[in-house]
Amino acid sequence: MQPKTSAPTVNAKTDSIFTVEDTSYYYGSFKAVRGVTLEIASHEITALIGPSGCGKSTVLRCFNRLNDLIPGAHIEGRIAYRGVDIYNKGVDPTELRRRIGMVFQKPNPFPKPIYDNVAYGARINGYQGDMDELVEKSLRQAALWDEVKDKLKDSGLSLSGGQQQRLCIARAIAIAPEVILMDEPCSALDPISTLKIEELMHQLKENYTIIIVTHNMQQATRVSDKTAFFNAEAMESGSKVGYLVEYDTTKNIFNNPQSDYTRDYVSGRFG
Amino acid sequence: MTESVFKDSASEGADQSGLWQPNRSASKLSQKAVVILFGAFAMVSVFTTFGIIFTLLFETIEFFREVSIIEFFTATRWTALFANPEFGVMVLMCGTFLTSVIGLIIAIPLGLLSAICLSEYAPRQLRKVLKPALELLAGVPTVVFGYFALLLVTPFLRSFIPDMSIFNALSAGIVLGFAILPTIASLSEDAIFAVPSSLRQGSYALGSTKRETITGVVLPAALSGIVASIILGVARAVGETMIVTLAAGQSPTLTLDPRVSVQTMTSFIVQVTKGDAPYGTIEFKTLFAVGMTLFVITLILNIFSFWFVRKYQEKYE
Amino acid sequence: MKSSVQTLPPSSDDQFKSQLDKRYNIDRIFQAISWIATFSGIVVLTILIIGILSQGLSTLSFDFLTSPPSRQPDRAGVWPAFLGSIFLVIITGAVSFPIGVGSGIFLQEFARENKLAKVIEINISNLAAVPSIIYGLLGLFVFARLMSAITGGRSVLSGGLTLALLILPVIIVATREALKAVPDSIRQAGMALGATEWQTVRTHVLPQAIPGIMTGTILALSRAIGETAPIIAVGAAAFVPFAPEFSIEGLQEPAFTAMPIQIFNWVSRPQEEFHTIAASAIIILMIVLLAMNATAILLRNRFQNSR
Repeated sequence: MQPKTSAPTVNAKTDSIFTVEDTSYYYGSFKAVRGVTLEIASHEITALIGPSGCGKSTVLRCFNRLNDLIPGAHIEGRIAYRGVDIYNKGVDPTELRRRIGMVFQKPNPFPKPIYDNVAYGARINGYQGDMDELVEKSLRQAALWDEVKDKLKDSGLSLSGGQQQRLCIARAIAIAPEVILMDEPCSALDPISTLKIEELMHQLKENYTIIIVTHNMQQATRVSDKTAFFNAEAMESGSKVGYLVEYDTTKNIFNNPQSDYTRDYVSGRFG
Repeated sequence: MTESVFKDSASEGADQSGLWQPNRSASKLSQKAVVILFGAFAMVSVFTTFGIIFTLLFETIEFFREVSIIEFFTATRWTALFANPEFGVMVLMCGTFLTSVIGLIIAIPLGLLSAICLSEYAPRQLRKVLKPALELLAGVPTVVFGYFALLLVTPFLRSFIPDMSIFNALSAGIVLGFAILPTIASLSEDAIFAVPSSLRQGSYALGSTKRETITGVVLPAALSGIVASIILGVARAVGETMIVTLAAGQSPTLTLDPRVSVQTMTSFIVQVTKGDAPYGTIEFKTLFAVGMTLFVITLILNIFSFWFVRKYQEKYE
Repeated sequence: MKSSVQTLPPSSDDQFKSQLDKRYNIDRIFQAISWIATFSGIVVLTILIIGILSQGLSTLSFDFLTSPPSRQPDRAGVWPAFLGSIFLVIITGAVSFPIGVGSGIFLQEFARENKLAKVIEINISNLAAVPSIIYGLLGLFVFARLMSAITGGRSVLSGGLTLALLILPVIIVATREALKAVPDSIRQAGMALGATEWQTVRTHVLPQAIPGIMTGTILALSRAIGETAPIIAVGAAAFVPFAPEFSIEGLQEPAFTAMPIQIFNWVSRPQEEFHTIAASAIIILMIVLLAMNATAILLRNRFQNSR
């Protein structure tokens, strides 16, 4: 069966923040993901789903060029942020990362007080306004303020797992990014914290664009507007290369998928 | 009950061929003997500590029968080997302090920066060469460093610093710094290496540069290990003997001028033991009083380090 | 493909003044400083080696190695000191190796959770921070005086025992690390076959740990060779014109010397000629150290690769 890639029709009202044009992702000479084309629309939640090993995290980490930190990692193709090729010589990855925040799979708050965790990014990037206000606003947006407002001086590591992750979200939004990348943000958390964060994502959608990698299909149905389904196929060399199978609104992916692979995956037949 | 079951099965026919003849009681006996023997060996280190404390305490008490404690800690002259001796240990402590501080001014920044460079900036291949090179520096015997200080560094310093005497604290201090630099570098590097990469990635994802990540996240996260390495460096500087003996001289002087000869606690001990002081004399007892002072200082440093690491060490799962 | 240089569109949020240029400048300065710091140590090491070689190579000869010391620098040699160092290493090794390895086995294999073991552990890490000259005072009091009937007073035996105590913590730690590196599955396999703990350790665990133990011991002994302060304190004299005998009486002879002592003594003399032969003696000492360290590293590499 030929895998089908379909690009969603771009709604004239929402503009697209990211355009990925036939981009392949490499580690050294190893091709991890081949030929991806998709558009991320602003103020929407886009989920990247698929079985493990098909390169979803790789794709995600290239949006803010965090993958540059891995020696040998590079892309072929074009990833554009608001029309500008982010791998262009003139683009400063440090500046890019201020605009595109990231939340990681395992919560990684700094071993600093909660206040300083949130303020860290803002200080580095030369925030001109009132820091106390910014910290409070960010913690409120991350639905954490009420729980920590009396203990801002406590270490970030003293919080529970779910709280730590919300602290990381507060930390990310403190520097006013446009986009928040989330790499399986709930996989290390308990179900209750997971639900809290999913509620949070719906609120965050009003102000930010979110791209989330998730293993959890139900989560994708609960939170995302669009879903991109990735799969991996075996090569003659014995290794696997990932590819984009189908990209559509979440409703279509789960209720009316065009590809058999997609249908099999979302109905739980594999992965 | 259990015993008889086993006995029965053994005698009844678990093995009638006689091929298996385990000598279980002999094995058990040798196990017991070995545990006791090795346990006794392990106690040797405990006896060493007790031996040190007892040795120092014994002769120190003898010393303070003849010399008042107040004089020992408050007098400002140290003329222990002279006819009318004065015992102001402050003078020796000042010498130790002066040389150690000079050494630490060199060793702490250079050691820490080396650790940062090795773990964050140096490419893998270069690191394979640089690390052994630093370990080589660590393996140089201190008497060789003493040679270096007295015969190479001092003439160099004297060529452009006015009024620099042949025996001086600066030369000793500088070389001392390079002698303990590898200690601080190596332990700090371990601490920095142990910081999980997830913290670094979190920092980069917020739009920070490499230096900002190092100073803002990595170093604070590695703080307890770095402080422990520095304290160990301080202890080494204070206890260092040969470099200061050869290069700083034997003149007890209460001064902060690094161009002048001073005597440290350690070089005083060398001076007396080299001279074959007979047992029971005041010189002999002075050895141990000074040794006791030195020991207490390093003990306090060690306890502080232990407490600091316990309190501030972050545990990353 | 267009190769024009593009920059990111200006951000809608003007509350952040990134000042990236200034930050990158500080980055560059910081990086440069850290490289300078790293190379400072290496530069010092190089100057040291060049200085020693340039001063000491000319007087280095076989005669120098095999002659006794003398009041005249051009006839002086290091033979008694060299032999003295060898004796010291043998005694130190003979005492510290069994005790150190045994202690390490005890702490790591038999008594891991024990409270007594914890006390011993804390004790050992304390001892590591004690200045080496304090060990010398211990040796002076206990070995040279209290036990003078056995050791012969300020003899090479006392010196060796003192150095053994000094490097004992190093060998214990090295043993424990080597034992720790042996996977537990091996121990469990041995115990499952009905062996006692000691039998398992002796036949299964120790053989795998031996290379690591040997490496640690050789490194510890190379440290002992270079130690000066403790053996001065115990009473190593500098002018010992005769070579020590390898017999009970020889070991108990209340006068001995060693390479570091000889070097120390010659450096302390004001005459330039003594400085020159001091450098020659240093070269010999460093060669021995290099050989020992190289052996240790070779051992470590060889057995790491054969896993």
